[in-house]
Amino acid sequence: MNAFTQWFNERAPGLDAAYKKHMTEYYAPKNFNVMYYFGSLALLVLVNQIVTGIFLTMFYNPTAAGAFDSVQYIMRDVHWGWLVRYMHVTGASMFFIVVYLHMFRGLMYGSYKKPRELVWLLGMLIFLALMAEAFMGYVLPWGNMSFWGAKVIITLFSAVPVIGEQLVTWIMGSFVPSDPTLNRFFALHVVALPLVLLLLVVLHLGALHEVGSNNPDGVEIKKHKGPDGHPLDGIPFHPYYTVKDLVGVGVFLIICAIIIFFEPTVGGFFIEHDNSIPANDLVTPATIKPVWYFTPFYAILRMIPNKGFGVLALLASIVVLFLVPWLDRGKVKSVRYRGLSYKIALTIFAIVFLLLAAIGDDLTPGWIVSIFGPNADITTIENLFGRILVVLYFAFFVFLWVYTFFGLEKTKPVPERVTTHA
Amino acid sequence: MPDKTLRASMRTLAFALLAFALTLVMAPSAFAEEGGGLPNANVNVHDQASLQRGARLYMNYCVGCHSLKYLRYSQMAEGLGLTEKQVMDNLNFTGAKFGEPIVSAMPEADAEKWFGKAPPDLSLEVSAKGANWVAAYLKSFYLDPATNSGWNNTVFPNVAMPFPLWELQGEQVAVMNPAENGLPATVKELKLAHAGSMTPAQYDGAVRDITTFLTWVSAPDELVRSHIGAWVVLYLVLFTLFALVLKKEYWKDVH
Repeated sequence: MNAFTQWFNERAPGLDAAYKKHMTEYYAPKNFNVMYYFGSLALLVLVNQIVTGIFLTMFYNPTAAGAFDSVQYIMRDVHWGWLVRYMHVTGASMFFIVVYLHMFRGLMYGSYKKPRELVWLLGMLIFLALMAEAFMGYVLPWGNMSFWGAKVIITLFSAVPVIGEQLVTWIMGSFVPSDPTLNRFFALHVVALPLVLLLLVVLHLGALHEVGSNNPDGVEIKKHKGPDGHPLDGIPFHPYYTVKDLVGVGVFLIICAIIIFFEPTVGGFFIEHDNSIPANDLVTPATIKPVWYFTPFYAILRMIPNKGFGVLALLASIVVLFLVPWLDRGKVKSVRYRGLSYKIALTIFAIVFLLLAAIGDDLTPGWIVSIFGPNADITTIENLFGRILVVLYFAFFVFLWVYTFFGLEKTKPVPERVTTHA
Repeated sequence: MPDKTLRASMRTLAFALLAFALTLVMAPSAFAEEGGGLPNANVNVHDQASLQRGARLYMNYCVGCHSLKYLRYSQMAEGLGLTEKQVMDNLNFTGAKFGEPIVSAMPEADAEKWFGKAPPDLSLEVSAKGANWVAAYLKSFYLDPATNSGWNNTVFPNVAMPFPLWELQGEQVAVMNPAENGLPATVKELKLAHAGSMTPAQYDGAVRDITTFLTWVSAPDELVRSHIGAWVVLYLVLFTLFALVLKKEYWKDVH
């Protein structure tokens, strides 16, 4: 091209090749549907979190004595501080919305199946790192829910046999969440975990671009290549999907802007009311609950009456997701061509996940009262309902294995080529 | 082809809006839980006159004990559309400078001795408890000889604070349900025993003004936010339309 490009390419030949490999000559299936926006949106949110996070770090004071005041300083005295903080807070919740939909897309179209098991595993590691990142970030404003949430979640580690109690003290650096806890969570939140997340995202994308993207038909586009060696059903990621994702970005940002500018607390879901009260180890909030995105898993913990088993179930509910590529022995990837039972099971699984979130978010007492009347025994009904949901959550994975391992699934014929285009 | 693209985009939009609507439907239920079915306080932080009246009431009746340490006098002037002189002459009784935070003149140690508990800062009271709670609380004081201060409150039972607005509302007394089945008597309703300087309707208005003011103090950014938010959304809608046109142009040869 021009002299500068030539000069540059002679000295850094790898960059041009990498750009081609991942952008202009990365052939993606042409039939991506709406479910395929959430990967690029997750990347967008990650960038937003890093950029807004850097600015928040400039004004935030990571000490128990100064943290709460410094958040109000950002909200009231720092120019556009409120905007940066709301972007960061809204970004945190939107990150999980986008990631949950991205994971659900994987389940719908079998994106975890051979040869993409590693893509799925790396994605699950990102999810784990994201949960740790979000939890520690939530503690930083040092509101009363930060404090009690941190206390409850860290105390879960006391369920570890023998060293449990010492482990809790070691994590907190104290006997209750206090200055040392906040200091280390700040370090982990702004330095350690973002590095881990970035590394994992690079590996996730690297692994994906090695095997190529799946698609709503679940067919391998690499099986049919044209004379030029490119998949017949593939189109270069750039410019086709960059311009398409731009539309998704626009819609996504409209939703984010409406939240940020008109209802940033989302009625106490994104920013909880009790976090407007400074951390106080003498005053327990009426209900201690994590932010909405942890509530499905928190509900699983709460519904199990024994603490040790509760923590195990919580752990299992996440570990089992790692195993999905090996639980599902079915050869057909896309839900479009899978058996009816799979479609039903997946739908039930999604509903169960949302209902568990409602229980973890403490919405159910209100629902129970409006259904069964004011004299209803809330605890009994909630426990019964919740435990059925916990069983159904795990039943999905058992079903998946039994259904596919014993060849019970009646699949439809999978087409050779993709059937639609976006 | 454009039909298909359009359909896909519409689907995207519909899907996104559906998810968004779901959040909005669920959001108030979380808030209602916080307010516990209290009547709606009907606050509107865009009503500048109400904000100014609320600030005046707050500075006359509340700030003696309750600081607003996260708000500066200068920020109050800007947010409420007042001049520096108006604020310093009418709303600042502590001799604080214009750029300083609104802090009560009462020493905390004394306050703790007098009331058993230092009066809390109210900068974030509405964020923490909700506007409905604050309004209901201010209307629910009644005479109760059993408490130290002689006052009690149905929304905040055994509250330490004596009722500071009694001159305005008057004195309410409780009509009790009789104690039964070994359970203590409960408050059935509150009745005005001695009228104050305001009629009940005027007092409701005063409470709404104070609550409006405190709602604004909790999140002064709201006035700025809603003002520019519409423009941001409008810009993003245009951006999305352009992106859609661009996408269609690029994709017209994909078959």
